[in-house]
Amino acid sequence: MTLVTETAIDAAADPRDRGGPAQPMLIVENIKKYFPIRAGLLNRKVAEVKAVDDISFYVMKGETLGIVGESGCGKSTLARLLMYLIERDEGNLVLDGDLVGEKSGVPIDALRRSLQMVFQDSYSSLNPRLPIEQSIAYGPKVQGIKPKKAKEQAQDLLGKVGLRPNLFSQRYPHELSGGQKQRVNIARALALDPRLLILDEAVSALDKSVEAQVLNLLSELKEQLNLTYIFISHDLHVVQYISDRVLVMYLGQVVEIGPVDKLYSNPKHPYTQALLACRLSMDPDERVDAAPLAGDPPNPVNPPSGCRFHTRCPHAEDICMAKAPALGDVLKATPDQHLAACHMAQAGSGHSKAPATLAELFNI
Amino acid sequence: MNQIQTPDLTLAEPARAKAAPFVKVRDLKVKFVSREATVQAVNGVSFDLARGEVLCVIGESGSGKSVMMRSLLRLHPKKRSVIEGSMLVGDNEITTVSDKKMTELRGSTISMIFQEPMTALDPLYTIGDQIAETVMRHQKVDRDAGMKRALELLELVRVPSPERRLKAYPHELSGGLRQRAMIAVALSCNPSLLLADEPTTALDASVQIQVLVLLRKLQRELGMSMIFVTHDLGVAAQIADKVAVMYAGRMIEYGEARDVLVNPQHPYTKAMLASTVKDQHKGEALEAIAGTPPDLRALPPGCSFAPRCKFAVDACRAAMPEPVSDARGHYARCIGVESTGGALRFAAPKPELALAG
Repeated sequence: MTLVTETAIDAAADPRDRGGPAQPMLIVENIKKYFPIRAGLLNRKVAEVKAVDDISFYVMKGETLGIVGESGCGKSTLARLLMYLIERDEGNLVLDGDLVGEKSGVPIDALRRSLQMVFQDSYSSLNPRLPIEQSIAYGPKVQGIKPKKAKEQAQDLLGKVGLRPNLFSQRYPHELSGGQKQRVNIARALALDPRLLILDEAVSALDKSVEAQVLNLLSELKEQLNLTYIFISHDLHVVQYISDRVLVMYLGQVVEIGPVDKLYSNPKHPYTQALLACRLSMDPDERVDAAPLAGDPPNPVNPPSGCRFHTRCPHAEDICMAKAPALGDVLKATPDQHLAACHMAQAGSGHSKAPATLAELFNI
Repeated sequence: MNQIQTPDLTLAEPARAKAAPFVKVRDLKVKFVSREATVQAVNGVSFDLARGEVLCVIGESGSGKSVMMRSLLRLHPKKRSVIEGSMLVGDNEITTVSDKKMTELRGSTISMIFQEPMTALDPLYTIGDQIAETVMRHQKVDRDAGMKRALELLELVRVPSPERRLKAYPHELSGGLRQRAMIAVALSCNPSLLLADEPTTALDASVQIQVLVLLRKLQRELGMSMIFVTHDLGVAAQIADKVAVMYAGRMIEYGEARDVLVNPQHPYTKAMLASTVKDQHKGEALEAIAGTPPDLRALPPGCSFAPRCKFAVDACRAAMPEPVSDARGHYARCIGVESTGGALRFAAPKPELALAG
């Protein structure tokens, strides 16, 4: 807990801070997004893809929250919902104590100033016709900063991300390597002086040596600029290295959330256990002979009944098919609490491997 | 500098010396020529590969690993590329065989799995048609026999409900299934040499391991030789018998998977291992390799890694060091590496000593 208190003191010194150090940077309440599938002559809705299905969590100030899961589990949809790049169906966002998008709350453009995003594909997320300096200055100009000042700020930011402004500012994206382009994307995200950065697979497309450079840069920037990160990735090694807390998603739902050390040393959900077993060892003597997780995730249009993981779970029992396990109230839990939506982790759930309840313990 | 000697690859490994290697590449150089510049993508690569052996080629983007592999299939545009050296696959000298023979070899003796199955498969044909096409083309059978073989292959690569997938189009399959279909196409004519160009990079960790386990199993069952290109050291550890590390178009370290991955000698291999994120402590900065790979249009005269190497001395910049090898065939191209007592040892070169030498 030392980490949280330390960063809390830093956050209190930030003039942008409104809610106080104990107020989470961002609270996400029961957010939902169902994409309709339309078909037929009248283009009626025939089904829905439950991309993000009732997700709640919070991010403390100065914290890095890692989000992991297989492709198609809704990680990126969640990131886009947080940025208001797509409309949510239900749910609320609370930014530093204020509701987002309501009449008395934070307007959307203020949200976009506080929240910025770095995308996976460093090339397609930059405008190929703009020199990178202009790409970086674009956001501030739109938000009403004078062009000359925006340009100076862009040069300053290029220096911060390790690209010498006099050498790089007039270059076009195609003249840069993958790592350099990702640095430009980070600089652009920082141009509006955000407080929370969403990194959606920001290092996944990079070579390992460049990945290390960018990860080092991210840690430096976080300290310098008092940032909070939401780090989305499918690389569990990287998530372990960078995160304070980790959230595991499966088919649009949170299956496990907890501090990184607890979650990695003692994963409670079988899905998390399988994901962790998929990490590859560097030692040729430690080869994996059978894949820890067979098959692909089921179709999110028709998710399985009960626990959505029961179709691939080695411990599935009747109760798993009948009843969906609850994660517990994430918003009321403290940051060091470790929660899992699995019947095996919950006493009295009816699963044969569930821990004994108090009544059973005392034979009442 | 008496220790520095050219590795005799056939003698280095007594066990393999008996059987002639299946793939024999000697001093392969690939240049791409255009009006603006000449790009030296591969600068003298030599290696042997026995039947049923897996060679993993590791390197950053732009190190020439994919170019080297594509030249084994002669996939480079003829007019704009210059290929020198020799590539022997079985009895066929790839650099000189006729175009007709090459077409025959592609897909039957040598076949390839590409990184991105969505772009490598044709979106307008069903999976079954695409597998059957290769079979019909090379084994001169009719469509029914081709489709029957396609079904067998989908079963072989463990695609669930293969009859249904036979009629599916690529967009109807998930990434993992598409890559399995791609592997089925590559295996359709029982190739002796399978080239795999980062086949698992685009996949999720959970699917990646499924595909790796499958590839290793098939490779062993069918007795294929395989050249596997990757930039992920964890993937190499899973599948490789031999590992070669490439940098700026040269193999700078080569040896048994264990030797290279657990006991690396070249500073570049060491730095790559150190910069890979794995169980490092939070708060500690990662040991990233500073800088970027060199521009292949204007390579420095000496060791190509010298500009980024923390041990570099003047002698490194003078000439590319010759490989130093040990008794087990493990070699590294670095002036700091010495072969003592049958094993390689790296010691940071001292500036004054190196100058004297």
